[in-house]
Amino acid sequence: MNLTVNVVEENEKSILNVVGEIDAYTAPKLKETLLPLTRAEGKIIEVNLENVNYMDSTGLGVFISALKSTKESNSKLMLVNLQERVLRIFEITGLDEIMDIKAAIRGGNE
Amino acid sequence: MEEVISKNATNYKELLRNYMESQDEQALYGVEKVSKAFIKNNILPEEIVNLHIQAMAEVCNDLTEDYKNSMNFLLEAMIFYGLAMQEIPLLREEKHILQSEISVAASMQKTLLGTNKPEINGMDIGVISVPAHQMNGDYHHFVKGKDGSLGIAIADVIGKGIPAALCMSMIKYSMDSYPEESMSPKSILKNLNRVVERNVDPSMFITMCYAHYQPQESKLSFSSAGHEPGYYYNAETDTFKEFETRGLVLGVSPDTEYKEYEMTINKDDMVILLTDGVTECRDGDRFIESQEVLDIIKKYSDLPAQEMVENVYKHFERLQDFQLRDDFTLMVLRKNS
Repeated sequence: MNLTVNVVEENEKSILNVVGEIDAYTAPKLKETLLPLTRAEGKIIEVNLENVNYMDSTGLGVFISALKSTKESNSKLMLVNLQERVLRIFEITGLDEIMDIKAAIRGGNE
Repeated sequence: MEEVISKNATNYKELLRNYMESQDEQALYGVEKVSKAFIKNNILPEEIVNLHIQAMAEVCNDLTEDYKNSMNFLLEAMIFYGLAMQEIPLLREEKHILQSEISVAASMQKTLLGTNKPEINGMDIGVISVPAHQMNGDYHHFVKGKDGSLGIAIADVIGKGIPAALCMSMIKYSMDSYPEESMSPKSILKNLNRVVERNVDPSMFITMCYAHYQPQESKLSFSSAGHEPGYYYNAETDTFKEFETRGLVLGVSPDTEYKEYEMTINKDDMVILLTDGVTECRDGDRFIESQEVLDIIKKYSDLPAQEMVENVYKHFERLQDFQLRDDFTLMVLRKNS
C-alpha cells in the first residue's frame, strides 16, 4: 500500500495533494508533512483527498492532531474532494461538524 | 567452526573437481549439502569464497592473475555480508524477548479488561472480539445493575497495538468508578470525553457506543461518540435498520454534549453492535459492504446469539484473501421473550 504526498505553495495557501491509501502504515508519512505546515501562523492548508479511496481511523487521528495544531497557531485546515467512503468516516465520527470538509462531486472520480 | 570448515574443505574440492570435469548434477546436490552445513554452523559467506579460492588453486593449475585478483576482490565484498549476518542471531534473540514481553502484556490486558457476559432475563447475548495483532484496541464491557438493567459499552481506540490497549484500561477504570445505575448513556459519554481529552495524545481518540437496557419496559437507550453505527433488526418486518446516531468521538473537544436515543425492543428483535474492524473487512482488494455483513448475520439468525456471532466471524475468516486489518468486535443482543 503506497501513499504519496506533495505540497504546492500558492501565496498564503499550501495545497497538499495526497494519493493512495491512508492507513496505519502510511499515516506517519502524511503526519510528517501535514503537521509542520499547520504550525505556521495564519496559514491555510488545503488537503486534496480526491485520489484517496481508503482511509482508516489512523488517518482520522492525523487530521485531528492537525486540527488541534491549527487552533494553536491560528492556521486553517481544509479537506477537499473527499470520496464517499472517506467522507463517511468523517460523518460517523462527528468530525464533519467541527472540520472544514468538502466532498467530491458525486460520480466525479470513482 | 574451524573444524566444520576443514571437514568440508576436502569434500568441497572434490565436488568442485567433479563439476568442472562433467557439470555433474550430483556435485551441485553435494555442494548444497555443504552450504547448508555451513549455514547451520554460522559460517560466514567469505569463508566459502576463501574455500573456493583454495580449492581452485588445487584443482586448476592454469589460473590467471586476473582471475586470482578478481576472487580476492569478491572475498572483500563478501566480508560485509558476513558482518550483517553476524547480527541476525542477536536480532532474533531481541525479537524473542520483545515477543514474550508483548504476550505478557496481552494476557495482562485480558485479565484487566475482562468482562463477563451477564445473564439477563429474556435477552440472549453473543459477542466475539478478535484482535488483528496481539493486543486488542477494541473493548466491550457489560454492567448488570441491581435493578436488573444492563449497561453495554463497545469502544474502539484509534491507534493500534500497545498504546491503544493501554488507553483502554483508562476507560475501563473510569467507567468502573461511575455509579452505573444512576447514569444515562449520554452522561457517561460526556464524562468519559473529559477523561480522554485530558489524558491522551492529540492524535489518539476513542469511539464508543453506550447502551442501557431495561428489561421490565423492554426499553433500550443509547448514545454514540462517533462509533460505527449499529443495526436494529425488526423481527416483525424482517428488516435491518442502521442506527442514525450522531456524536463526536471522545477526546477531541472538551465540552461535547451527546444525544440520547430511545427505542422499544420486541420479541425476536435484535440489536447489533460492532466496530469498524467488521465493516472494514477486506477480501483481497475488495471491501466487504455492510449489506453483506447483514446478509451473513441474517443467514445465521436461527442460532443462539453466541453461535451466531462466531459463525459470522468464521464466514469472513474463510474468505480466500481475507485479512484482518483491524480489531474485529461484533455483539448481538436478541430479545427472546
